[in-house]
Amino acid sequence: MKKVLILFAHPKFEKSRVNATLIDRLKDKAHVTFHDLYEHYPNFHINVQQEQELLLQHDIVIWHHPLYWYSSPAILKQWKDLVLEFNWAYGPHGKVLKNKTVFNVITTGGSREVYCTEGYNTYTINEFLRPFEQTATLCGMNYFPPFAVMGTHHLSDVDLLNYANKYEQLIDLLQGDFNATQLSNCSFLNDLEILNA
Amino acid sequence: MSGSLLFEAIVFLAGAIICVSIAKRLGLSSVIGYLLAGVLIGPYVFGFIGEEGEDILHFAEFGVVVMLFLIGLEIEPKNFWNMRKSILGMGGIQVALTVGLTYVFFVFLGYEWQVALAIGMAVALSSTAIALQTIKEKGLMNTTFGSSSFSILLFQDIIVIFMIGALPLLSNSSEHTSNEASHSTSSLIESLPIGLQTLAIILSVVVIVLAGRFVVIPMLRKVAKTGVRELLIAAAFLIVFGISYLMEFVGLSPALGAFLGGVVLSTSEFKHELESTLEPFKNLLLGLFFMAVGASINFVVIANSPLTIGGILLAIVAIKALVLFITGRIFKLKLDQNVLLTFSLAQVGEFAFVLLSFAFQLNILEQEQMDMMLVITAVSMSLTPILAVINERLILPKVGTKESIKRPMDHIAKSQKVILVGFGHFGSTVGRFLRSHGVEATILDFDSNRVDFLRKMGFEVYYGDATREDLLESAGIAEAKLLICATNKVSVAKAISKIIKEKYPHVEMLVRTKNRYDAYELLNLDVTNIYRETLDTSLALASDALNKLGFRKYTLNRQVQNFIKYDEASLRRLASEPKREEDYVFMARKEIEQQEKLLEDDFKRGIVAYDNHWDSEHIRKQLEKSSEA
Repeated sequence: MKKVLILFAHPKFEKSRVNATLIDRLKDKAHVTFHDLYEHYPNFHINVQQEQELLLQHDIVIWHHPLYWYSSPAILKQWKDLVLEFNWAYGPHGKVLKNKTVFNVITTGGSREVYCTEGYNTYTINEFLRPFEQTATLCGMNYFPPFAVMGTHHLSDVDLLNYANKYEQLIDLLQGDFNATQLSNCSFLNDLEILNA
Repeated sequence: MSGSLLFEAIVFLAGAIICVSIAKRLGLSSVIGYLLAGVLIGPYVFGFIGEEGEDILHFAEFGVVVMLFLIGLEIEPKNFWNMRKSILGMGGIQVALTVGLTYVFFVFLGYEWQVALAIGMAVALSSTAIALQTIKEKGLMNTTFGSSSFSILLFQDIIVIFMIGALPLLSNSSEHTSNEASHSTSSLIESLPIGLQTLAIILSVVVIVLAGRFVVIPMLRKVAKTGVRELLIAAAFLIVFGISYLMEFVGLSPALGAFLGGVVLSTSEFKHELESTLEPFKNLLLGLFFMAVGASINFVVIANSPLTIGGILLAIVAIKALVLFITGRIFKLKLDQNVLLTFSLAQVGEFAFVLLSFAFQLNILEQEQMDMMLVITAVSMSLTPILAVINERLILPKVGTKESIKRPMDHIAKSQKVILVGFGHFGSTVGRFLRSHGVEATILDFDSNRVDFLRKMGFEVYYGDATREDLLESAGIAEAKLLICATNKVSVAKAISKIIKEKYPHVEMLVRTKNRYDAYELLNLDVTNIYRETLDTSLALASDALNKLGFRKYTLNRQVQNFIKYDEASLRRLASEPKREEDYVFMARKEIEQQEKLLEDDFKRGIVAYDNHWDSEHIRKQLEKSSEA
């Protein structure tokens, strides 16, 4: 069974109804490591060695965070800057992350409709996540499209629960024998046919 | 006119105060002031001091001894060893050439060869007291000129021992026996055969080194532990007196012995404390010495044959200056440094008094010859500061830039940019962290046990009371950039802040304080970098406690920062409020009132602004509000 590392970054987790629900059932799930970056490193002093060991111990990495100003909260950038070292994660001798899977799980206040050329955010989510995609590519990782919970401000409790179920199902799916060709037409992991069956 | 001891003391002190302050106001060296005071109170002007001038001279030579002890303190053995070449080389060349040229000069004038040689030896020696006092006063000790002068003077201090030993060989054997009784009692060394003399010299040096290590330092530690300040002064003098006595007993120069003693103690933690204890006494004693020299100038002798004496004086000073200049050339001194050296050592020194009167005792010199040479010696010493002024104002400006700003690190312990006061738990953490960044602070501490231990751990720690200005000065406050006060005694920080504000405004001060009351006092003295020792730690504990109750660390971390900012602001606000100190009879009541005020304030202003950042609930509520509207 594949091991999943959730790198979670939310500066005010205690005030996030959506993320509390999403995370709740994953915290104690077998073969899933929930890693709360803001709680571990309130001073942003990231323990690089420990973070690298965590990465080595897992097959699937999830960057789970709210989308702030079209990117991640600050600590996740700090994490990337420090942990993904030259000749470890990338560069001529940086091959340790090769063939691991990585993707973003994001929550956004705006709905999916506002993230397009016609919407007020102009660009799609996939376009905004390009830096993550290219980071993964440079490290030789397989980058999957994001799993997104959008329009959170107007999300009903029932809808939210549905999202939480889907997130868990997704993890179950990826931990098994997942065939990446299923992703061919998906901009979001939410759209996987198998999850919507 | 000579009367009671009290009257003499009054004459000397008043003379010094008047003349030295006039000299200083005219921008001249204090040495000129003292010499002038001596001439004025001496037998030929006001006549306050008569025959006893010579006794005073002898007593005042003790100032030279103290000075050499202090110089020794500044020179660590390692550096002393590094200087061996310049001591032997420069000193040797200077003494040999001067003796030779003077000898030729006096033989040419028709003196007997023994007389010429005795005078040559006396003339070769320069005045340690005058030269070094002037160099130190001008802060030139760290220049090549300063260390060259020092090397030469040190060599002279050593060679004088052999000169005294050699003088009896110059006298006729018949006359020699007549004086045998008078000086056989004077010292141990002269009664020994030559081989044993050398042995005695070596032995006494060894005694000083061993006694320094195994008697003096343990004694100083005991003394320091008592915490009685004046005992340390007593101990300092005991050391200097002890060495002088030993040296005189063996027949060596007390100044040389004191210098060695100083070198031995220079690596101990008491270095700074001894320095600042003896410094004022040294200056006074030296002043007395210069006054005695001034008083001993015999104007009757000068009046009898002014031309002869003037001519010989000029010739001697010219010979000395020439030799010094050549020596400087050989050792590749820069021109301006060499000119300084030439002028500052061109006088005949205080050892000449000793050698000349000894030569007279041995019947080598006649009365007139001795009188003449004594006058020449005294006048040449008086001329030094005048020559220095001429040099500074007329010659030096023409021979290039001064090198005096350059400070080679070899000779004097290097001055650091940070001074750290107090090396307890707080200070040691500060010191360790600075050190881990390659910043070695000069550390001052008052606990000799701790000083000892920390030195064993390789820290450079010195022992002393940091509220004393002279101690801060020897620790190099003039060159310091920062002064960190890590003691928990607010009185220390306050005293230092006053000194800094008054004299060293360029030094920035960082102060640890115990609590807000101490912080108030310092804030009111314009000390702004204040670190309350309990603030960060207590908040770290409180935030960990809240974390264990379920609060998230990052949020707590932000709130701690907010709280510190808020508390600092309230500290500064309350500090500026008028105090009603007399109302607080008991400290406890004062504290309760302060706490009340703080808590009230917390309620009124709200401890920290509510942290709404990243709060999606907050956004949602605002969205709801606006959609309702």
